[in-house]
Formats: sequence, structure tokens, C-alpha cells
Amino acid sequence: MQTGFSSSFPLRRARVHEVCGPGAFAFAAIAAASATGPVIWVREGWLADSVNPVAVARFFDPARLLLALGKDQTDSLAVTEEALKDGAAPFVVVEVTRPLDLREGRRLQLAAKAGRATGLCLIPEGMGSNAAETRWQAAPLFDPGARDSTLMRWESIKNKSGTLGAWHVRWNEETRHLHVVSPAGERPGSARAPG
Amino acid sequence: MWFPRLASDRVLRARPVEAPFALTLKDKNAERLYCLNREAEQAGLHRGMSFADARAYCPDLVSRPARPDLDARFLTALSRWARLYAPWVGVEGADGLVLDITGTPHLFGGEAAMLADMRARAARAGLELRLGLAGTRGAAWALAHYGEGIAAPGDEAEALSPLPVAALRLEPEVSTGLERVGLRRIGDLLATARAPLSRRFGPGLLMRLDQALGRAPEALSPLAEPPHYGLRLTLPEPIGLVADVMAATARLLAPLCERLKANGAGARRLQLTLRRVDQASRQVELRLAGPMREPARILPLFERGIAEVDAGYGIDQIRLEAVTVEPLAVQQIAIGAARQEPERLDDLITRIGTRIGLENIRRFLPADSHIPERAFTLAPAAFSRPEGAWLNPRPRPLSLFPPEPIAGRGNRPPDRFRWRRMMLTTGQATGPERIAPEWWLEDEGWRAGLRDYWKVETREGRRLWLFHTPENPGWFVQGEFA
Repeated sequence: MQTGFSSSFPLRRARVHEVCGPGAFAFAAIAAASATGPVIWVREGWLADSVNPVAVARFFDPARLLLALGKDQTDSLAVTEEALKDGAAPFVVVEVTRPLDLREGRRLQLAAKAGRATGLCLIPEGMGSNAAETRWQAAPLFDPGARDSTLMRWESIKNKSGTLGAWHVRWNEETRHLHVVSPAGERPGSARAPG
Repeated sequence: MWFPRLASDRVLRARPVEAPFALTLKDKNAERLYCLNREAEQAGLHRGMSFADARAYCPDLVSRPARPDLDARFLTALSRWARLYAPWVGVEGADGLVLDITGTPHLFGGEAAMLADMRARAARAGLELRLGLAGTRGAAWALAHYGEGIAAPGDEAEALSPLPVAALRLEPEVSTGLERVGLRRIGDLLATARAPLSRRFGPGLLMRLDQALGRAPEALSPLAEPPHYGLRLTLPEPIGLVADVMAATARLLAPLCERLKANGAGARRLQLTLRRVDQASRQVELRLAGPMREPARILPLFERGIAEVDAGYGIDQIRLEAVTVEPLAVQQIAIGAARQEPERLDDLITRIGTRIGLENIRRFLPADSHIPERAFTLAPAAFSRPEGAWLNPRPRPLSLFPPEPIAGRGNRPPDRFRWRRMMLTTGQATGPERIAPEWWLEDEGWRAGLRDYWKVETREGRRLWLFHTPENPGWFVQGEFA
């Protein structure tokens, strides 16, 4: 299964991916850390929670991060499409609050292809779009005995060109590297996080 | 050059009125006439009259509020026009220009021909113009304001003698004082002994007299000519298609960028004014994320704004101006290299900025504070540079949200708690980390006093940042770790 992970994790370039679940922020931060160059994070201005750059520094240099605050989802999708198409920022994160329709999903996919940039949509549970290249579910896991643990369970629940699977991963802050902890090919659900 | 009706001529140029017309300005709580046209003056009105009186004298008076700021801009524009005649042009008061025409009249066929040319052009532009030409600035002013004419150098005394003393640019009190003692004309002044005059009216009077006659020097301060980054294109036929407007913009953009380059500057904010056939004008503003002057980069950025403009019956004049300009040094271009990354990112920021506003693209800057939500600031990306070091000696949550209360008591995290409709069980808690409010900053959220922060790893997986306020007992969730 380890090979399976490396074939799907550094997210395929020039495509748009999706991630949901409580670990979506961490997933986005780790995916951004594996890319180079500026990262544009698109979100709607009214959202109450915010990305904390002090913690982002554990994953990548916050100087790479640009925040684009739109008025509503139409704005943020338009900004995302523009940013993907341009390709000046190879990694674009967008927070989605309502499901994308087929046209919107496809437009983002085409824009990513044109600009050779990777897009990542943070979606609410169950609001995936059919156009997404891969969809992930990320949830933190309880790691008894370890301090400052970043153990997470990442499950690939959709993959257009590859296999599905679930992995336990941990971020190593010193080496800035992602470790797959146990080839958790065994039954997912044993340590499944709620919600 | 004196424009006696500069303000009203400016307004009437845009919309002519065949009736008494006046501009009013509010002065000390009363509307007063500020400037009026010839018809209004013939109707017996004069400057400084109160507007109510003027309406009583002349019921069909057309009026409009005065805009002295626009008048001053108009005068500056006229000073650029006047550079046609002389290299040195200065502004004289609120409605005059002073030109040093030394060495230029022969280009126009003599002084008289030159003045005739000025008059003809001003009349064509709908401006009333009075001219005075003399060897000194004072004499020229006197001639322009009181009986136009040309005074040959050295003849100032004769030319000025019949003029009233007010032509010497005197304070009103001084000139009324002079008239009271019977000195009405400049000739009378010249015939009077100088010492008593200076004792009675102070040195200002004699200084003005000497300046007018060329006995005392008076310098002309030419307007510093700031580089002007505005271009205009008037079209013989109105246009309406986006592609046509873009082509016209491209034609304006190329020389503008040349000019910017010659001055080592780059545009930061550009304004495109499209004047429609029906005189309404539409503006497209482009704010750039960094100074730039490459037409090929700027032009595509205009596309979105131009596409939104309603062309109506067509556009027949286009004006492009670089409103804000920043210095931009010439850079060496590496041959064969692709466009540089920062430039591409700037272009992208500009393009996104035309949609959501340039100030809505932000970057994080570290701030020096222990308070978690103040440990960073958000600055507009176009007006800041990434700087500073991000230190996090202690683990901080990846997402922060406004504190959400949970049920709990005591100063240790509760074993079980409900948060966002989830029942969570504490598996492991790290803490406390005490953070005191910054007393020098008033903050609503920190009213409850000290906070003891705990990192709580729940058995369900979520790693939350909880805090307890010992001074006002209560438990809250403020963030979530990766």
C-alpha cells in the first residue's frame, strides 16, 4: 500500500483535488508544503475561523502564503479560476461553502490544466464535485503517549486514475516530511474519527 | 495674460448658456457671486454681491456652485497651453498667467502678431482674455488689468501714467488711502515726493511702483513642470466594440509607457476615461500590484474593466492617465529568460484585484504579541513585502476561531465535553500555558482576564485548543491543531 500512497499523494499537478473532513486544513498545509512557490489561499471574507500563520510555519514558510478574500463563492471561484489559469502560483487552495456544479468543477479543472497549477478545494462533507481528480477525507487520530502528535488518517475516497486507500500519516516538523506511519491497509474503520 | 472670467468661462465651455450666468460660492454663511458672465454684468450684477440680491435684480439668472479647485486645475492646464508661446510660464494669482517671452515673439511675427494669435486662440476656446505686454512683470499686470496694450521697455512710466493706482497690485486700503489724498493715477504718484509716500503708506507702495517701472527686480517663478502622464485620443467616429476600445487604449498606452520609461517611473494606478457621444463619461480604474510600464503587460489587465463599460451610443474620446506613479528603475533583461516570477505574481494579483479589490489580497506579517490572534497581521499584498521571522516556541493551532464556550468546571480540562454537537473525551491534555491580556490594548474578548491554555487531544481524534479563565471561571475552545 505504501506504493499506492506515493502514487497518489504528492497531488497530481495541473489538476484540481478535493479534501473534506476535520483534517482538511492540515491536509492543505501539507500539500502546499510539498509544492514550491507562492500559495494562494482563496476564501470568503465572512468566514469566522482563520488560518493561523504561526502554525502554518510548521509546514511551510508563511511568506509564501497569499490570502484572497472574496465576497461570496462566485467571487472566490472566479479568483481561483484566474489564479489556476495564470500558473504564477503553482498551488491554489479554495474553501468551498456550497457544492460546485458540474460546470464550475470542470472550469476549474480546465483552468488548472491551462496554467499547470494544482488546485485543492476544501469542501464540506459530502459536497464533492464530479470533476475532481481525487477526493480525500482527512481526520486527526488520537495518538496515545505521543506529544505534539500530528497523526492523521487520510483516506482517498475518489481517484480518477489510481487506486483508493487509507493511510496513517504523520508530519515531521524537523525534516518537513510526511511519514506514512503504518501501512493501514487493514480495515478502515478501526480508528475512524467521528464527523 | 489675465482671464477675467476664468471660472464662469470654464463652466460655460462645457455647457453654454445664453443668459445671465453666475457661479456662487458660500462665504461666511452667505451665498455670494463668485464669477459671472458678460450678460450678467450688463444686468447690473457684480462680484461679491449676495446671491439673494442678485436673484432679485435679475430673476432669470442661471447659477451654479463654484469649484475653485477645478478652476485652479484648469489654470494649470492653461499654463501648459501657454508654453506654446514661452518656455517660462508662471501662475499669477487665481486667474492669470505670466509668461517670459524673451526671445520668442519673432517666431510669431512680432509682439503684436503674437498677442493677436493668443487672443484668437483664447476666443476660439471660449475664454475671455486680457493681455498686457511690458518689460516688467508689474507693468504687464497693470496693462492686462487696466487697459490692454504693449509698453516698450523703458516706456513703462508713460504707459502706466494714465492708469489708476490700483493697477500697481496694491492692498485695497492703500489704494483707497491714495485716492483719498487725491492721488488717483500712477502719473500723480510719480510726480509726488517719495519720502512722504513711504512714511504715510509704508514701503510696500514704493516697492510695487519700482517693480512696475523696472527699478526693482521681480522674478518670474515658472511652474515646475511635473511630468504629465495623460494622453487623449479623439475619434472621428464613435466606437463601441470592446476590441476597438482595447485597440484605442493600446495606442494611448504605448506613448504613455514610453514617457514613463523616459522618466524612470512606473504606473501604479491608471485611469481610463471614456467619453460617450452623449457627453457622459465612464471611467475604468486599474490599480496595479506593483509599478509597471510594459504596454503588453498592462493592456490585458484593462480588458475586464472595459468589458463592463456601457458604451451607450458610442465612445468618441478616450483619455488615459497614470494617476499614481512610482519610481521604477530600468532593469536589465536577461536575454532569453522567461518573465520573472515576482512580476508574474504581481500581474496575477492585479488581475484578481480588479475582481475582488486589490486590498482583499493579503499576506500575513508576523506581529510581536503573545495573544494568539494578534501574533500576525494581515496586510494588503500589493503594498507590503514579506518580512520578519515566524517564531513559534510553543505549538499553536492551525485554525483559530472566536472562542466557543463549553461546559466545564475546575482548572483542569473536563474529561468529557460537548463541542459543536460532538461528544468528546479527553485523552491527553498538555498545559497549562498562561497568557495574560495586554492591558494597554482594550479588547472585548479578553475582558474575562487571564487565560490558561491547554492542548487537549481527544480520544475521537480532534486536537483542540482549550482555555480556562480562572478569574471568571469558564471553558472555551479557540482553535484546532493539525
